Amino acid sequence: MSGGMGIGAAAPRSEDRRFITGRGRYVDDINLRSQQYAWFVRSPHPHAEVRSIDAGQALEMPGVTAVLTGADLEADEVGSLPVAWGITSVDGSPAVEPGFPALADGRVRYVGNPVAVVIAETRAAARDAAEAVNVHYEELDSVSSAAAAMEEGAPQIHEAAEGNLCFNWEWLPSAMAPDAKANTEKALKEAAHVVSLELVNNRLVPNAMEPRASLADFNPATGQLTLYTTSQNPHVNRLLLCTATLKMPEHKVRVVAPDVGGGFGSKIYHYAEELVVCWASRRLGVPVKWTAERSESFLGDAQGRDHLTRVELALDAEARFTALRVDTIANLGSYVSTFGAAVPTVFYGPLLAGVYKTPNIYATVKGVFTNTTPTDAYRGAGRPEACYLIERVVDEAAAQLGMDPAEIRRRNFIQPDEFPYQSPVGQLYDSGEFEGCLDLAMEINGYAGFDERRKQSEARGRLRGRGMSFYIEACGAAPSQAAGQLGARAGLYEVATVRVHPTGAVQVMTGTHSHGQSHETTFAQIVSDRLGVDFANVEIVHGDTGEVPFGMGTYASRSLAVGGSALVKALDKVVEKGRKIAAHLLEAAAGDIEFSDGQFRVAGTDRQVAFGDVALAAYVPHNYPLQELEPGLEETSFFDPENFTFPSGCYICEVEVDTETGVVEIRDFVAADDFGNIINPMVVEGQVHGGLAQGIGQALMEHCRYTPEGQLLTGSYMDYCMPRADDLPSFKVATRCTPTPFNPLGAKGCGEAGAIGAPPAVMNAVLDALRPLGVKHIDMPATPNAVWWAIEAARSGE
Amino acid sequence: MREFDYYRAGSVRDAAKRLAASGNAMLLAGGMTLLPALKMRLNEPSELIDLGGIDELKGVKLSRKGAHIGATTTHVEVAGNVELRAAIPVISQAAESIGDPQVRNRGTLGGSVANNDPAADYPAVALGLGATIITNKRKISADSFFVGLFETALGTGEMVTEVLFPLPQRAGYAKFPNPATRYALVGVCVAQFKSGVRVAVTGAGPSVYRLEDFEEALEGDFSSDALDGLSVSAANLNDDMHASAEYRAHLVGVMARRAVAMALD
Repeated sequence: MSGGMGIGAAAPRSEDRRFITGRGRYVDDINLRSQQYAWFVRSPHPHAEVRSIDAGQALEMPGVTAVLTGADLEADEVGSLPVAWGITSVDGSPAVEPGFPALADGRVRYVGNPVAVVIAETRAAARDAAEAVNVHYEELDSVSSAAAAMEEGAPQIHEAAEGNLCFNWEWLPSAMAPDAKANTEKALKEAAHVVSLELVNNRLVPNAMEPRASLADFNPATGQLTLYTTSQNPHVNRLLLCTATLKMPEHKVRVVAPDVGGGFGSKIYHYAEELVVCWASRRLGVPVKWTAERSESFLGDAQGRDHLTRVELALDAEARFTALRVDTIANLGSYVSTFGAAVPTVFYGPLLAGVYKTPNIYATVKGVFTNTTPTDAYRGAGRPEACYLIERVVDEAAAQLGMDPAEIRRRNFIQPDEFPYQSPVGQLYDSGEFEGCLDLAMEINGYAGFDERRKQSEARGRLRGRGMSFYIEACGAAPSQAAGQLGARAGLYEVATVRVHPTGAVQVMTGTHSHGQSHETTFAQIVSDRLGVDFANVEIVHGDTGEVPFGMGTYASRSLAVGGSALVKALDKVVEKGRKIAAHLLEAAAGDIEFSDGQFRVAGTDRQVAFGDVALAAYVPHNYPLQELEPGLEETSFFDPENFTFPSGCYICEVEVDTETGVVEIRDFVAADDFGNIINPMVVEGQVHGGLAQGIGQALMEHCRYTPEGQLLTGSYMDYCMPRADDLPSFKVATRCTPTPFNPLGAKGCGEAGAIGAPPAVMNAVLDALRPLGVKHIDMPATPNAVWWAIEAARSGE
Repeated sequence: MREFDYYRAGSVRDAAKRLAASGNAMLLAGGMTLLPALKMRLNEPSELIDLGGIDELKGVKLSRKGAHIGATTTHVEVAGNVELRAAIPVISQAAESIGDPQVRNRGTLGGSVANNDPAADYPAVALGLGATIITNKRKISADSFFVGLFETALGTGEMVTEVLFPLPQRAGYAKFPNPATRYALVGVCVAQFKSGVRVAVTGAGPSVYRLEDFEEALEGDFSSDALDGLSVSAANLNDDMHASAEYRAHLVGVMARRAVAMALD
């Protein structure tokens, strides 16, 4: 009945027909009558006082409707861009959250900081006029690196943040674990071995394929605002627009995120541009559209990572981990973005146990303001940073102790019978079988044959290295109460409405948003499987606050685990009601009705009624228990999970290094993941491939760089190096399954795994290859230039 | 992009006349460099003169003198020309190393040499093979054509119509692509003629240039080993986030050896 496309089937993606044939509908494809265009005047300086803005000449140019500035914004009492997660410092004080006005309020703090907006009849006219807006800047000293921003005498970016410190955070906080710090220090002192590393987690630009765009349409007659925007979570954008910035009542605001071409986190936030077009449309009474150019995406999309970390791992004489101490400086950029303070803290510290039974862990994180684009969640968001340092230091320990990297991990793994496992940094891990995953990855890699492959590489003049990583991540954000205790300022449940039509066709309204994740396919598989209706008779509706009751959107690999679970709960309600209708139709007791394969059946008999007939009866209730049941067949569920989910996996990477040029080539890459139950293995494989590509990009190619003062050096693809298909090997992916007990699907989430597990696997392989030359350390990205210099330095004994 | 006029030229003569008549017109061949520059407002021509409709600028012909390649012949046409690949494979190999399939389908030989990007591939092959750049007005040897950073010997109203590559005894082009752009971080073209050896380097300096000490070494002994002991000074080489000057200097040596090996293969 499901058309063979139930749970577990590699159903072809329903989305692909429209994407491949050019029938997708993205924000920039939408055009409205009388629409005008916004172009932003952006600061060319990393730090400056804005002394004056003269728009006189711009306003006289043809087609120009308005030039608006921060003063206009303030006059209209438009609120500052909100911070959605509050962080508390060691001393109990809240993190400094300086206002982040959508247009500068007298000072600019990064290159690209919006200063004014031109609204004109054409995009070209708006752009021409923007160049004619005369802004008088008085430049200030500026700083781009977090370490430099912490130095005495560094330029002060916000008055409220002394020493540019946004927060000084510890994990666990002494109030929750009074002895964590002392115990960790003691274990480090008493350890048989201590291995320490200083690591840079390189800043990245998200680079979704579709640049951000927003089109706002305010109707002065009805007072209704419709915003079409490239969002991963339209309800969240509406919530923030209505409560924090525009302050309009929610019933007057509709946010639509139509087809969206990738996000990777960068389209979660409530950005200046979408707020400004809404405000401008309301002010001018015409629709206003803004579409980013790629150059603007480099300047204006929240960036990822940028950590500087010192990590120390203590081991006993048997190479068992006894303590881990982590000290991180996180570069937040010029303002606190929506989740900017949460990513390097609550998404990071609680994962520092990794997959190991390290008893003592203590971490501090300093969040620092710099004159750079704000940072926020980017695929993995805090977990890649945690995984990277753990898996680098574990491998370093293996190297220093002369142990096999697999063996040192085995010796420290949390064991299958220890789940649910309470980690010392506050997470309750749901399930896992780490050795099973390790064995699977080793088997696919042909672990025992490495020495032979290394010899063959050497014969070709290449150094071969192998690296391993074992990640675990917290997905499925989040239990709302736990998130609330950690500082979240919103709930993190998910919502689904199942609307069964009279014919038995099904529409699902989900609060998650698909911008590459294939929900239209996988969610339909769940419906098809549970209701026994044909896959083709199911439609998934998402991305429109006018159609979907509510939702928190898609990020943190949460859509299936939380949104899919809400869907299952709603489907259960539909079946329950259907059972009562069927009981009436079959003249039996509801308790005797079984439901399977799309048929309601009186248990033990051949008396049955099809799901479609039950649906018809619900809408044409001529023969219907109207005294007990309302007509219609539509159910909504909210699902708030009791815990996160914890996907885990073992990655093995083999590289060859050309020591003459420094080129690193990936020869083999194995990913053995545990995502719990899987709805569509093909979609999962695609997600893993994409994550691996981004993880390998971080390890070998991508690096967002600024001058020390804060001019962006990598402002286009001429300098920012994105991985391409021919940079990547043919991945070998496999899965094992330990279902999570914390949601009805047993699904853990797979969207970020590759980006989390790949960087340490690649870097461990590069170091494994180079250690024979005396290379002890190399930071990401291991570009040819960086590798060649590392080899040169080792050769010259530096 | 700012407003500009568009003119589709019917002949070389027509294009040249138009170019001479306008103070600020630019020629449009494949547009693979020009269009992004227009979008970023780095170039603001009053008019674009499109050469795409001029048949006489297209195609590959072989003669006793060598390979005649029309200025608007695309990289993919050069890379895919079977006769050319048999006669002077190094040109086809260089063409297929340029950019990506989209760029190779649009980009042209004439556009590349006229732009003289310091990291482009064709200038190295043209200089390495000692090509002659033929314009609507004259013939210019590659040695005189490539003047400096984005600068050529082309005068006002002058346009490249064809490049004539002489037949080498053997030649090789080894390229170390910039990981981001796939332009040459360093590219070295080595060609042996009866009259001598030519070695041209792109990507490393402000413009393509010849390496005379490498040429001399290879004239005595055309082998990779002949280059042992030769080093390249990092002084005046490009230095950026992708490659330091020292690394580029080192790569020149590595790529030169690899180019010789390719020539001998």
